[in-house]
Amino acid sequence: MYTTELKSGSDGGKKRSKVEIVEDPAKLAAFEARVAADEFIEAKDWMPEAYRKTLVRQISQHAHSEIVGMLPEGNWLRRAPSLKRKAILLAKIQDEAGHGLYLYSAAETLGTPRDEMIEALHSGKAKYSTIFNYPTLTWADIGAIGWLVDGAAIMNQVPLQRTSYGPYARAMVRVCKEESFHQRQGYEIMTVMANGTDAQKRMAQDALNRWWWPSLMMFGPPDDSSPNTERSMRWRIKRDTNDELRQLFVDVTVPQAEYLNLSIPDADLKFNKEKDGYDFGEIDWDEFYAVVRGEGPVAKERIKARTDAWEEGAWVREAAMVHAQKQSKKDAA
Amino acid sequence: MADIGDLSLWEVFIRTKGGLSHRHAGSVHAADKRMALEAARDTYTRRMEGVSIWVVPSSQVSASDPDEYDSFFEPAKDKIYRHPTFYPVPDEIKNM
Repeated sequence: MYTTELKSGSDGGKKRSKVEIVEDPAKLAAFEARVAADEFIEAKDWMPEAYRKTLVRQISQHAHSEIVGMLPEGNWLRRAPSLKRKAILLAKIQDEAGHGLYLYSAAETLGTPRDEMIEALHSGKAKYSTIFNYPTLTWADIGAIGWLVDGAAIMNQVPLQRTSYGPYARAMVRVCKEESFHQRQGYEIMTVMANGTDAQKRMAQDALNRWWWPSLMMFGPPDDSSPNTERSMRWRIKRDTNDELRQLFVDVTVPQAEYLNLSIPDADLKFNKEKDGYDFGEIDWDEFYAVVRGEGPVAKERIKARTDAWEEGAWVREAAMVHAQKQSKKDAA
Repeated sequence: MADIGDLSLWEVFIRTKGGLSHRHAGSVHAADKRMALEAARDTYTRRMEGVSIWVVPSSQVSASDPDEYDSFFEPAKDKIYRHPTFYPVPDEIKNM
């Protein structure tokens, strides 16, 4: 799973914070030179405040996306069509939890406590990938999510293994090693359904119809309304632009859909020989910004599920603390 | 209500197979060392990535200061004679 850097407004993040911190020019120049030379920045190294803030926002959003990303799939755990599918889905969901934890731990190295990030998610202050605010209506959605959503995530995440912040890059190496299983199990579900009964074929096509455009939106706003892209690229936080990655995803995915005999729900989709890639239709950015603002079909349900899980788990954390205190008293005695 | 801040931070080190040293993998929050070990196992070794795990309270790690890099590591910088390539080997000597 993945999120691109999101802002809550419909302005695509054009509002800049009024307070600009003035950095020491010598330190800033040394920092710029280091990232330009593809050096990694580590937790205790000097970094501009804006770099730290951008990273905390991006990494924690990414972590939130992994955690919230468990929910649409969790919806099908107890309705998986076979024990095999259930075991696979459970393993995938556990991976998503793991990815969230790698990323929270990377974000914490920047000095933001885990509590603060979780609180920001629960209060709605923090964003997560828009894709998880769409519902999973049929089992075919589990296939489409693995194939498309995790496929888009891989496109986004592979370059992040070389992102300039060391702890983030290392977390991404771990994530990428595990992500390929997610995509393949999803595509396999789609393969089975696309070759199944007419009803199964219809379900597979319907899932593709509903997940295609939200998957393209996962790459974030177009480059010309993504004002922080230039700086994030310079600082090697991002390694490719949103549009570049989106194009790559379309080019790789279309033949996969053709193999399944499923059609991509885009009348403007056409191979362009000149650019050796596909031209595709206009994305509905109004829908995207509405979902970013929290107006996705199941946004409220998602956050409620998170806060319920957090509150219902409170006694476990308390019990663990009390147990630890009792043990340490015993050890001291 | 206990919040996760009460569960302190632990650094996780994993030996991926016999013969290799433990290597830093990331961190976990836990109330005690047992919980830290189990959380580390669930988080970092879901695919048999480890045969042994160390967990260390993050507060117990002392680290060198990156701002003092130059002075701290300076003693090693001018001692190129520690490297074998500092010494010419006569052409006549074929093996050394």
